[in-house]
Amino acid sequence: MNRLKSKASVYLNRLIKKKALFITTVSFFIFSVPLAGAQEILSYGDAYVSGSIADAITLIPFLATDSTSGNINSMIFNGLTKVDKDLNITGDLAESYDVSDDKLTITFHLRKNVLWQDGVKFTADDVKFTFDIILDPRNAAPYAANFQDIEEIKVVDKYTVQFKYRKPYAPALLKLGTAIIPKHLLKNIDIKNCNFARDPVGTGPYKLAEWKTDQHIILDSFYNYFEGRPFIDKYVERVIPNQAVQFLELITGGIDSMGLTPYQYKYRTDTKKFKERFVKYKYLSRSYTYIGYNLKDPLFEDKRVRQALSYAVDRKAIIDGVLMGMGEECTGPFIKGTYAYNEEVRKYPYNPQKAKELLKEAGWIDRNNDGILEKDGLKFSFKLITNQGNKQREDVATIIQQNWREIGVEVEIQAIAWAAFITEFVDKRNFQALILGWTMPIDPDNYNVWHSDSMKDGGLNFISYRNKEVDSLIERGRETYNQDERQRIYRKIHEITAEEQPYTFLYFPYALPAVSKRFKGIEPAPAGISYNFIKWYVPEVEQKYTR
Amino acid sequence: MFKYIVKRLFLIPPMLMGISLIALLAMHLTPGDPASMRYGLNPEVSGSARAHLKELYGLDKPVIVQYGGWLKRIVTLDFGDSFIDDRPVIEKIKERLPATLILQISALILIFSIALPIGVMSAVKQNSFFDKATTFLVFVGFATPTFWLALLLMRFFGFQLEWLPISGMSPWYAQDYSLPHRILDLLWHLILPLFTLAFTGLAGISRYTRYSMLEVIRQDYIRTARAKGLKENKIIYHHALKNALLPVITILGLTLPALIGGSFIFETIFAWPGMGRLMYTAILQYDYPVVMGVGIISVFLTLTGILISDILYAVVDPRIRYE
Repeated sequence: MNRLKSKASVYLNRLIKKKALFITTVSFFIFSVPLAGAQEILSYGDAYVSGSIADAITLIPFLATDSTSGNINSMIFNGLTKVDKDLNITGDLAESYDVSDDKLTITFHLRKNVLWQDGVKFTADDVKFTFDIILDPRNAAPYAANFQDIEEIKVVDKYTVQFKYRKPYAPALLKLGTAIIPKHLLKNIDIKNCNFARDPVGTGPYKLAEWKTDQHIILDSFYNYFEGRPFIDKYVERVIPNQAVQFLELITGGIDSMGLTPYQYKYRTDTKKFKERFVKYKYLSRSYTYIGYNLKDPLFEDKRVRQALSYAVDRKAIIDGVLMGMGEECTGPFIKGTYAYNEEVRKYPYNPQKAKELLKEAGWIDRNNDGILEKDGLKFSFKLITNQGNKQREDVATIIQQNWREIGVEVEIQAIAWAAFITEFVDKRNFQALILGWTMPIDPDNYNVWHSDSMKDGGLNFISYRNKEVDSLIERGRETYNQDERQRIYRKIHEITAEEQPYTFLYFPYALPAVSKRFKGIEPAPAGISYNFIKWYVPEVEQKYTR
Repeated sequence: MFKYIVKRLFLIPPMLMGISLIALLAMHLTPGDPASMRYGLNPEVSGSARAHLKELYGLDKPVIVQYGGWLKRIVTLDFGDSFIDDRPVIEKIKERLPATLILQISALILIFSIALPIGVMSAVKQNSFFDKATTFLVFVGFATPTFWLALLLMRFFGFQLEWLPISGMSPWYAQDYSLPHRILDLLWHLILPLFTLAFTGLAGISRYTRYSMLEVIRQDYIRTARAKGLKENKIIYHHALKNALLPVITILGLTLPALIGGSFIFETIFAWPGMGRLMYTAILQYDYPVVMGVGIISVFLTLTGILISDILYAVVDPRIRYE
């Protein structure tokens, strides 16, 4: 409680100072300005209501793979580690951690002041219990492979826990940040058939108060949270499956926040009235959209052909046309702005002339003047597939079709329902080129997508990319803890993939949340806006939901 | 009559079996499976986790074995667990059923109480202005896309006038409301959805009633009634309407499964927590137990609905006798 007080008062002072400064400046010009707001202080209370397209599925954190469940779980639970606002690893339930010299043992020193939401003390036993459960094959944890190299988990004492690895695995520090579940409530219970999924108990800043399926989830703030009681009393997630309706709810005050579409961000919210009541944020999301070429298809064997196709794609037109400018160009498979992302790689600015030259070099020439290139009697004509129902990708495909037509490449677009898209085309490698997107984990390790081992049975290297150097770099990257060295490794991978263009990397879209102005304390950072949610507050005079 | 009902009841189980088998086969014939839908293209989920999930749910076994397992459970009314969240299917249905029932039953009552008079009046005053106007109106309703009308209404009544709530069944802070307050609140939230459902659903019943009313008022016994000097109101509502309602009973029987089926588009627009959304998500996610569970209940209700309307025929029309 002492900690909380000191933290809060520091915050308070800073705020008052800011406010005071503001008031003196303003009143210098307008003397009649009353001191309203001067006593505006950090206050507890109110509720934050956000809109979500879909309901959560399960609040057993290690079984959840959908984004709503992930959101709610991140409010209820904590992991050993987390990322800070700049996406750097930092301790969460662990006060500190150290990695042994041989990089095989990670020791976590746990916080001693952590309580479960039912009042029981959190200890190292909970940590061991959690990972034992995840690694138990009967529980079919989707992310179990992240922990397969763990040899032993040892509880050293009540607040120290050690993970021994079979081989060094650098992403471990982040992967071990998975949510910890309470042993005292779950031991000797079949976790898949118990009601924990709908009645969870965590260590996080909020606890579940009510879950009405397909309507809303209400979380109450946890007063004894180890980082201090959150200022906002209730966190509510309302399920509103239609985005147009969500927007109507937003402007009528039914919800306080939602993720806007680029169209809504640019046009529907560009009014004085909207800006008076909401703040719009804009930051890069951790995902990118790309065209993937099936490298087993003879059409795409030649690197020059892929480079030519990339030169012929007008990314700016795509970002302006499809995303209304709400995105940035992507050059490689890492999160832009992080240490792994290499700004100095080969780029492919829109240049149809250069594309034509490269194709000519590779032997593709329009011999019969039909506007389509040929080589050895083969027409440069192929099918570009994407998943149905994603309007953005379908629009991107249409622009690219036009772009490529201009350099003599004929493309037929086909949008396929998601289920068939995965099982019949992607899994069976039965495609020529496709448009898809990846959401990237924060750790840059991308073995599952780019290593040649991930080509086999249903692996995600479905374009069959095989490059020995990249393979060994990926393996080294996984074993290297030193960030400078990892930086060199991943930037090299970025450089190679940019040169070889197994994908034509297209864009990173922006995340575009709008939040009601009554919430203060929001500080946008590379991690987004919600990382410091427990520090958000609503000044007492502006509070909307009071008891 | 009793013998007939028993005979019909005995026919229901084999039909359920046949239909459910066809449903399961159809689902397995479409490309895709629950494991790929859940974890497909997630860079953090390994291929082995996908395979493991299939094994866990018995999806690696032949379809006929899976069907056998399902059948064995269903005879004890065990609908199994959902593949999406491992919760019992019956629980998931129970959660959504009230919302759908409230909406669909009140819509049905509303539609009947508006459509029947419209149908009768436009038959009695055939080709009058009223007839033409209502014909035009119900067809406009029939042709209006639900989601479009819903959005217009929300925008006007919810946003511009701020008279009515935009979406949902109850506000999240309703947990402290007293019971009467809750009921009022529910009615409040029902206005827009009900209006939309009724306006777009008037055509069927009103047109059927009009048509069958037109048939009946040309019958000899109506002329006889007039000749007897009965009041026009009595002729129409007592003698004619009773007979004209016969085909409407068939429709009523067939609406029974729709009562629990809900509507996906409608529920999505109004954020209504009903069965339509449950079924739609289940189909998209290849959640076989839920699809089969909701499906079998719908089929059961369809068959029962047909049986009930057959029985009602006999009750309403003395000429019909079953042996």
